[in-house]
Amino acid sequence: MRLPRCLAAILALRAGRPPATSKRMIRELANPTRFMGLSGRLLPWLAAASALLLAFGLYLVWFVSPADYQQGDTVRIMYIHVPAAWLGLFFYVIMVASALGTLVWRHPLADVSQKAAAPIGAAFTLICLVTGSLWGKPMWGTYWQWDARLTSMLVMLLIYGGILALWRAVEEPNRAARAVSILTLVGAVNVPIVKFSVDWWNTLHQPASVFRLGGPTIHASMLIPLLVMALAFTLLGLALHLSGIRTEILRRRVRTLTILEAERLDAQAA
Amino acid sequence: MSHGVFIVGAYAITGLVVAALIVRAVVDARLQQRALAALEARGAGRRSGPRP
Repeated sequence: MRLPRCLAAILALRAGRPPATSKRMIRELANPTRFMGLSGRLLPWLAAASALLLAFGLYLVWFVSPADYQQGDTVRIMYIHVPAAWLGLFFYVIMVASALGTLVWRHPLADVSQKAAAPIGAAFTLICLVTGSLWGKPMWGTYWQWDARLTSMLVMLLIYGGILALWRAVEEPNRAARAVSILTLVGAVNVPIVKFSVDWWNTLHQPASVFRLGGPTIHASMLIPLLVMALAFTLLGLALHLSGIRTEILRRRVRTLTILEAERLDAQAA
Repeated sequence: MSHGVFIVGAYAITGLVVAALIVRAVVDARLQQRALAALEARGAGRRSGPRP
């Protein structure tokens, strides 16, 4: 007797195995042609949703959310600084998962995903550092302080830079992917340091005020615009990531065809 | 608005970086699509070369 699909999925999850449906989905997505078809249909919707949500978020930020009683309008920097920080970390976590996919599971799209994620994560980390600096000057009286949160975030940007440089330094994509995967996994030690630095050390940077055990400490009038902006940034980042994966697949096809053409021309000349 | 320069500066830099990411993604995708189309038109994937 065949079990209903949802029941089979629940039993598989209880047994500690991924459900057959997600296994099948991951296997199907390993086929680049199938991935190109699926992502081609999804990408316009993702891009449109991120644009609409970003417009709505900016409306909330500039016309609905109040100025802070201490910081005044300067608090509006928070609505781009915090989502950028989250996405800098989020894309590093995506790269760690992709690095495991490359080294452990040898998923054919894992290194493509890893390569596409790096510039996006680096850009959001850069936004986080620059906007944090511009927020710090009027609030703390300084653009920069070598405290644990700021320094660990700078280290993350440097790791992103190293990963981007390594992708460019090794020409053969599979060799580059293995080297980058190892560097990514070594650099992953910095992720919990960034997250918990404000709890482990006395820092000028404030502790977490949204994702914390006792619940958010921000009033709903500021929390809702912040979450809308964070969701908009996330959708934008995912759209860029999907687009980057598609372009990287095309780049590899171009590379393969160029090599095949060169081999054919060599054979004809001989 | 207090500290307007810092607020506008932060949003302007964010806009520039995000715009650069989007432009880079679109331009890179178009370049690869064109290169692939040119190679396929030359029959680069076939052993026998382009079709007559």
